[in-house]
Amino acid sequence: MRRLALWAIPVAFLGFFFVYPVVTIIGRGLWPGGHLDLSPVADVVTNPSLRSVLWFTVWQAAVSTVLTLLVALPTAFVLARLRFRGRSLVRALMTVPFVLPTVVVASSFRALGFDTSIVAILLAHVFFNVAVVVRTVGGLWSHLDPRQEDAARVLGANRLRVFTSITIPALRPAILAAASIVYLFCFTSFGVILILGGSGRATLETEIFRQATQLNLPTAAALSIAQLLATVAMLVVAGRLQGRRDVAMDLQPAIETARPIRGRGDRALLIGVLGSAAVLLGTPIAVLIVRSFDTGTGFGFGFYRALSSLRADSVLFVPPVEAIGNSLLYATAATVLALLVGGPAAFAVARSRRGGTLDVVLALPLGVSAVMVGFGFLIAFDPPVDLRSSWVLVPIAHALVGIPFVVRIAVPVIRSIDPRLREAAAVLGASPRTIWREVDLPVAARGLMVGAGFAFAISLGEFGATAFIARPDRPTLPVVVFRLLGQPGAQNFGAAMAASTILVVLTVAAMLGIERLRASELGAF
Amino acid sequence: MLEVRGLSVRYDDSLAVDGLDLSVADREVVCVLGPSGSGKTTLLRAIAGLEPIAAGVVLRDGADLAGVPPHRRGLGFMFQEHALFPHRDVIGNVAFGLRMHRLPRDQVAARAREVLALVGLDGFERRSVRELSGGERQRVALARALAPEPSLLMLDEPLGALDRALRDDLARELRHLFERLGIAVLLVTHDHDEAFALGDRVAVVHDGHIEQIGTPVDVWRQPATEFVARFLGWNVTDALGAGRTAVRPDALRVTAHGQLAGRVVERTFHRDHFLIRVALSGRDETLDVAIHDTEPPTIGETVRLAVDPEGLVPLPR
Repeated sequence: MRRLALWAIPVAFLGFFFVYPVVTIIGRGLWPGGHLDLSPVADVVTNPSLRSVLWFTVWQAAVSTVLTLLVALPTAFVLARLRFRGRSLVRALMTVPFVLPTVVVASSFRALGFDTSIVAILLAHVFFNVAVVVRTVGGLWSHLDPRQEDAARVLGANRLRVFTSITIPALRPAILAAASIVYLFCFTSFGVILILGGSGRATLETEIFRQATQLNLPTAAALSIAQLLATVAMLVVAGRLQGRRDVAMDLQPAIETARPIRGRGDRALLIGVLGSAAVLLGTPIAVLIVRSFDTGTGFGFGFYRALSSLRADSVLFVPPVEAIGNSLLYATAATVLALLVGGPAAFAVARSRRGGTLDVVLALPLGVSAVMVGFGFLIAFDPPVDLRSSWVLVPIAHALVGIPFVVRIAVPVIRSIDPRLREAAAVLGASPRTIWREVDLPVAARGLMVGAGFAFAISLGEFGATAFIARPDRPTLPVVVFRLLGQPGAQNFGAAMAASTILVVLTVAAMLGIERLRASELGAF
Repeated sequence: MLEVRGLSVRYDDSLAVDGLDLSVADREVVCVLGPSGSGKTTLLRAIAGLEPIAAGVVLRDGADLAGVPPHRRGLGFMFQEHALFPHRDVIGNVAFGLRMHRLPRDQVAARAREVLALVGLDGFERRSVRELSGGERQRVALARALAPEPSLLMLDEPLGALDRALRDDLARELRHLFERLGIAVLLVTHDHDEAFALGDRVAVVHDGHIEQIGTPVDVWRQPATEFVARFLGWNVTDALGAGRTAVRPDALRVTAHGQLAGRVVERTFHRDHFLIRVALSGRDETLDVAIHDTEPPTIGETVRLAVDPEGLVPLPR
C-alpha cells in the first residue's frame, strides 16, 4: 500500500503537468483544425527556413560538444589524478557554471564585448557544460585503478599507447554518456541562443518560442514534435550508455588513485590546465560583476539603485527589484514541490526493480526541454482547465525541471543504506514504519536536501519555461534581465548587469549551502 | 641479473625506500618480506620505472636503467589485486604485452595460448575477466606478466587476496613454475610462510631498508636484528643475563627447575601446538612459549621456564 503511494504521487504529478501538456501540443501539431493534417509537421523538413533552423540546431550542438570535451577532458584528468591543495574547492567551483542562469551567462558574454555571434554561443555552451564532463568522466577516472595503466606500461606500451588502449576504452562509456548529455543540453539551448544568437540564428527551441509568441501555434506545435522525437531518441541513447558505465565501474581499487604533484611536468600541467579553465570560466563572470558597478562616471551602485526605479517605456515594465521577490518566492515554492514529489519518487526508484523506468520518465521534462513545458502549459491550461492566469504554474514548471535532480542525487544515498542497519533496527524492535522514520529518512535527508538546493538554484535561473508562463506583471529575475538586454541604452544594459550579478550571488549562495551539506561526493548528474 | 644500489624513493615528505641495496642473480628467487607500509611495493615500482628515484641506481646485467621508460625495461610485473584490464577478455589481457612488442599476429595468439596452458587456464581464452574467481584472476595476471618472456619477474603480494587452502596450492605451483622457467624472480609479501616457501633468499625490510638478507634457513635460525626477531615471532628479552637476546618460542620449556619464573596470562591453540604467554616475575615483560606434546599449564598458573641454548641468538645493542 505504501509502495503504491510512493509511485502514485510522482506519476500523478508528471501525468497532469507534463504528459497532458505534451499530448496537447501533439494534438495541436497533428490535428490543427480538428482533423488530421500533417502539413505543419511536413513543413519542418520542407520549408527552407525551418530546415535551416533544424540544421543550425544540429551542428551548433555538435561543435559545442566537441569543444566542451576538448576543454573538459584535461581538466577532468587533473582533478581526478593529481593530488594538490584545494582540489575539492576547485571541484566545487567547477560545478557553479552549470547552475548559473543561462541569461546570466549570456549577458556575461555580452559584457565581455561579444555581440551576437556564433563564437559567443559556442563559448557559452562550453562554459555551461564543462562541469558535466568533468564530473561524469572525472568521477569514473578517479575510480580507475592506475595500476592497469602501470601494467600496460610494464608490458611495453608507451604513454600514448597506454592512453589510447587502456585509459580511453575504460573511460569511453563515461565520455559517451557525458557527450550525449552535453549534446542534448546544447541541442535544447534557449536563453543563450535568444540573447547571443541575434535575429539570424535560431534553434528549434527559440523558433518554437518565436512562432508561439507570433501565435503560429500549429507551426510551434510541429516544431515541438520534431524536438520531442529528437530529444527522446537522444535520451534513449544516453540511457543505454549510462547503463554500460556501471559495468565498467565494477573494478574499483581500494587505493588512492591520485598521485602527488611531482616534478616540473606535473606542475606545468596543473597550472596550465587549471589556469585556462579559470580564464574561460572566471573571466565572463568577473567582467559581468565589474561592469555592473562601472557606471561610466566611476564605480558605484548606480545600476543597482536603478533597479528599483527603472520603468523604461513599457506599461508592463515593473521595477526589476520586485522580480527578486518573485524569483525567491517561486524558487521556494518550486523547491518544496520538488521535494514533495521527488522524495517519494526517490524512494520508489531506489527500492523498486522497475524504478529505473520512473527515473527516466522523471528526467523527461529536463531532457525534452523547458520551453516545451512552458509552451505546453500555455496551450493546455487554457480554458476549460484554466490555470494560465495563476502564478502557481511557474513554480510547477520549475519543479518539473528540479525533480530529476532531487531524485538523481537522493537515489544513490538511499541505495547506500546498508540493509543490515534496517535488520538491526528490526531485531531491536522497530516496526517497518519506525525503521523508515529512524533509519531511512535521516540518512536520505542529506541527499534530499542537496537535491533541494539544486532545485532552488535551478528555479532561480530557469528561463525557458518562465519566458512563456510568467505573467507580464510578475516577472522573475531572468525574465527581467532578458527584457533589459532587449532595451537600448547604457542604463538598461548596466541594470541588466546588476540584475545578473544579483542572480549570481543568489545562485552561489544556494550552491554554498549545498556544499556545506555534502561532506563527500554524492551522485553525478 | 638485477642490482639495486643505495636506492631511495621519496613519497610525499618521507622516504618510502631509504638507501636500499639488493641483488637478484639469474634463475634466483628473492622474496622481500616485511609488514605493510615498509616500502616493499614502492621498491618494485621503482625498479619497474613507475616511481621516480630520489637516489641510487638500478642495474640490469650491469647496465643502468635510469632514463629507460617502463615500457622499454622488459620486466614482468604482477600487481597486487592484479590490475587486469576489465574491457578485455582473458586472451586479450595475456596478449597485450605481446602486441606491444609487435609480435606477428599468429605468434601473439600462439604464445598467449601457450602461456595460458602453462598456468592451467586452457579453454579460458574468451572468458571475461570479470567472471573469474580469485584464483583464476591470479593465474591470468601471472600469464600476462610471463607472456613477453621478461628477464625478471616481479610479483607484488601474488597470493594476497586468496584464501588459505588456495594459497598453499598456488605457492607450490609458483615454486614449480619458477624452477621450470629458470627465470629470475623478485617477490614481495608480508607472509613469512610464503616467503620462506618460495624464496632462494629472503630479504626482510623495515622502514624502506633491508634489515637482513639470507637463505630462509639462515634468516629463520639467526635473526640479525630485534626487528627481524620480533617480526618472525621470536621473543626479545634481557632476562637471560646475556644482554639483549632473541629466543624462539619453542626453545623455552616449562619445567620444575627452570631459571625463569612467571605466571601464565594467555593461552592460544595453534593447530600443532599451544602458545602460552608468561609474565615474568619481577619484570615488566612477557615471553611466548610454544608447547608441543605436553598438556599446557592453565591461565593463572605459576611456571618455571628453562631455555634451550640452540634457540637463542644474541642481538646487537
